[in-house]
Amino acid sequence: MNLDGLLRAKLRLVKVIMKILSRYVFEGVLTLFAVLFFTTIILLVSGAPPFAAYYHIFKGSLGSWIKLGQVIQVWIPLTLCAAGLLYTFRIGLWNIGVEGQVMLGAVFTTAVLRIDAAKSMPMLFIGLSFLAGISGGAIWAIVAGVLKTKGGVNEIFAGLGLNFVGQGIILWLIFGPWRRPGIASMSGTELFPQELWLPIFPAFRLSPVGLVLALSALVLTALLLRYTHMGLNLKAIGNNRDAAYLFGLKPDRYMIIAMIFAGGFAGLAGSIQVAGVYHRLLPAISSNYGYLALLVVMLANYNVWITPLVAFFFACLNVGSIQLPMMLELDSSLSGVIQGTLVLATLAVYSWRIRGKMSGGDAAT
Amino acid sequence: MLIELRKIHKYYGPVKANCGVDLTIEPGVIHGILGENGAGKTTLMKILAGYSEKTSGNILVNHSSVNYKTPSQASELGIGMLYQDPLDFPLLSVLDNFMLGQTTGLVNKKKTFRKIFKKSADALNFSLQPDASVKFLTIGERQQLEILRLLARGIQVLILDEPTTGISTLQKETLFQALKKLASEGKSVILVSHKLEDVESLCERITVLRQGTVAGEMERPFSINVLLEMMFGSPPLPPTRTQIKTGEIILEMNQVSAPGGRTGLKNCDITVRQGEVIGLAGLEGSGQDVFLRIAAGLKQPSKGSIRLQGVKMNGKDYHTYKNQRVTYLPGSRLEEGLISGLSITQHLLLQDIQKGFFVKSFHAFRKAKESITRFRIKAEPESFVESLSGGNQQRLLLSFLPADPILLLLGNPTRGLDMESVLWVWQHLHQYCAHKACIVFSSSELDEILMNADRVLVFFNGVVIKDTRTDRTDVHELGRAIAGKT
Repeated sequence: MNLDGLLRAKLRLVKVIMKILSRYVFEGVLTLFAVLFFTTIILLVSGAPPFAAYYHIFKGSLGSWIKLGQVIQVWIPLTLCAAGLLYTFRIGLWNIGVEGQVMLGAVFTTAVLRIDAAKSMPMLFIGLSFLAGISGGAIWAIVAGVLKTKGGVNEIFAGLGLNFVGQGIILWLIFGPWRRPGIASMSGTELFPQELWLPIFPAFRLSPVGLVLALSALVLTALLLRYTHMGLNLKAIGNNRDAAYLFGLKPDRYMIIAMIFAGGFAGLAGSIQVAGVYHRLLPAISSNYGYLALLVVMLANYNVWITPLVAFFFACLNVGSIQLPMMLELDSSLSGVIQGTLVLATLAVYSWRIRGKMSGGDAAT
Repeated sequence: MLIELRKIHKYYGPVKANCGVDLTIEPGVIHGILGENGAGKTTLMKILAGYSEKTSGNILVNHSSVNYKTPSQASELGIGMLYQDPLDFPLLSVLDNFMLGQTTGLVNKKKTFRKIFKKSADALNFSLQPDASVKFLTIGERQQLEILRLLARGIQVLILDEPTTGISTLQKETLFQALKKLASEGKSVILVSHKLEDVESLCERITVLRQGTVAGEMERPFSINVLLEMMFGSPPLPPTRTQIKTGEIILEMNQVSAPGGRTGLKNCDITVRQGEVIGLAGLEGSGQDVFLRIAAGLKQPSKGSIRLQGVKMNGKDYHTYKNQRVTYLPGSRLEEGLISGLSITQHLLLQDIQKGFFVKSFHAFRKAKESITRFRIKAEPESFVESLSGGNQQRLLLSFLPADPILLLLGNPTRGLDMESVLWVWQHLHQYCAHKACIVFSSSELDEILMNADRVLVFFNGVVIKDTRTDRTDVHELGRAIAGKT
């Protein structure tokens, strides 16, 4: 290639980047406006002063180091689940079962940490319990994946069903074999001995292990999806299954692989919730972070690097809205409403763009 | 009611489906519209029925110009169309379907309609049970229902699009009697078909369409040969390929049957030898696609055996065939052949033997550059495949072919391509034969088959009704076979 050609190629690249950037910025601003508009309406309808509400959410999530620690504590499982979902979305699967995969991860982790010998070798057993958590989530995902590929059961229904089964298993364990001596209650199983708690940063009350794991999951996912045959194959099958098959790929096998990644990361999230946050098994151990992660990934437009940002934003909303009942006598479920509006607004903007593109006839993008 | 179509043009982007068509439909006449697949018959009729909008031209009803845009406006004028797949609601009963679009007010007046239905069904000799559920009806019965519904809405001009596909001989008889009766009452009937015998036996007048224009008109008595020539054009140049150097048997099908498509495939016995080029002729969906998919292992035969180089292949999947160097290129390029959202480079990465863990993007980029030059694709390595034109997509697909295939299966390899691309594609494909591969391709263009194939199989209704060498046949004979006459 001569110099001139190189220059021209560079110019073209710059142009393309500018186009993409302007599109994203424009879309982002538009979405933000739509969200603010809708949430403000909702706040007004529920009789709350909108700006005070926004202020309290902000202060309640980023107002102090402790609050920031809480936000990151939510961000970790959310990001792990979202990272896993990137694989399944890439191949075109709707892994609703991520919620149950978190639960099973938590169950398997608890099972390992309850072993009597754990106290004497905490490091080994915490490590083992994480591996168990990963396998627990992966097994639950494989069940859904096999039902899909071999049984022709839609993964959404299989996942949803398995979520209920997972919840059932947790309740059975808490009120049955793992109940606290004497009493069985919704507050969960007995606390683990202190040695089996994940170490924390005292200032943030936050476990660095979880943070490191979540960040590594992100980097690993970015690498795998971008630079490996597996990542490309997942995308190829997701975009056109029949053609990918003609290219010699085995769609069923890759679907299971994607499910294993999604389930594994979700299971790991469950492990961290058990070993790092609650130090026991709770009925609500998954805290709906799986479902939330689905929204996060959609909102991030299935982009690996936008995902953690959106997850952080959602975590802020989640933690910050705890302030609302105390300060403004509002229901804390308002954060759920805001998150839902966010997703709806994004989808609306997205479909509006697609429609504009189709009528504009811009086939190049 | 007199219908006149004047200079009707219809363009789909750069594709000209109708190009200045003039047509006059007189009342009381059964008028046949004949033509190959893609001749523009259905397009023209959909314009007449208000289903699609014309690009330009005039429609005159009783000498006055009319302009309508929807099927309901057309039916108010008295024009109604019976589509290839009847438009009904399978979950409702026959009577409910009949009443749809006719009831006014709150009360549905089932009793009145039951009487009307009975009367009009009896008049045409249709034996339909008003309370039967439509989902249990045969295509023929659903057609009858649709005709009754259209007539009840006061249709004066009835358009039927390929009505004899998929119905029994008895139903065809009833249908034809009914149509004759309608014509005798002064209604116009337009019969769109590619089946020569149907049109010939029923119509008083035939208009032949070819490549979007009127190729000719004829009144009774018809001359089959003249009609065939209008349909397929004048006999093309004598086939240029003469030398057949057949080698060992590559593919062997023995009494193979399979469902699928519109007709399935029935009792197919075929041997394909090394070095042969075989064209599959026939109306679209007559079994060619099923044949190709079975030969590629993409579909399992329900009956019969299939052998590849003497080895039985029943139950083996496409990847096994692929390892035996059988390659299938689908006719629908973007639906089945290429993956939208992936660039040319990424396609080459998929194609590459997937060794190693990381993709070798730079290597693939260089290969993409090479392919683009060698196959004269107008694109860049990072272009997404959906942004390519049809011709360039096909060139790209061809660039993926392995170097030494033994069997190439191609579905409509040149559909939608311009002349230059067509020539280029065939030049490229013939190179493979020199390397002892055999090629089996389907095509709706008889000329293409006669020019490029050594042997032609004509499919009709899922059966291979003719298997002959291309230098021993001509367009007329093939045209007749396509229309089901041997």
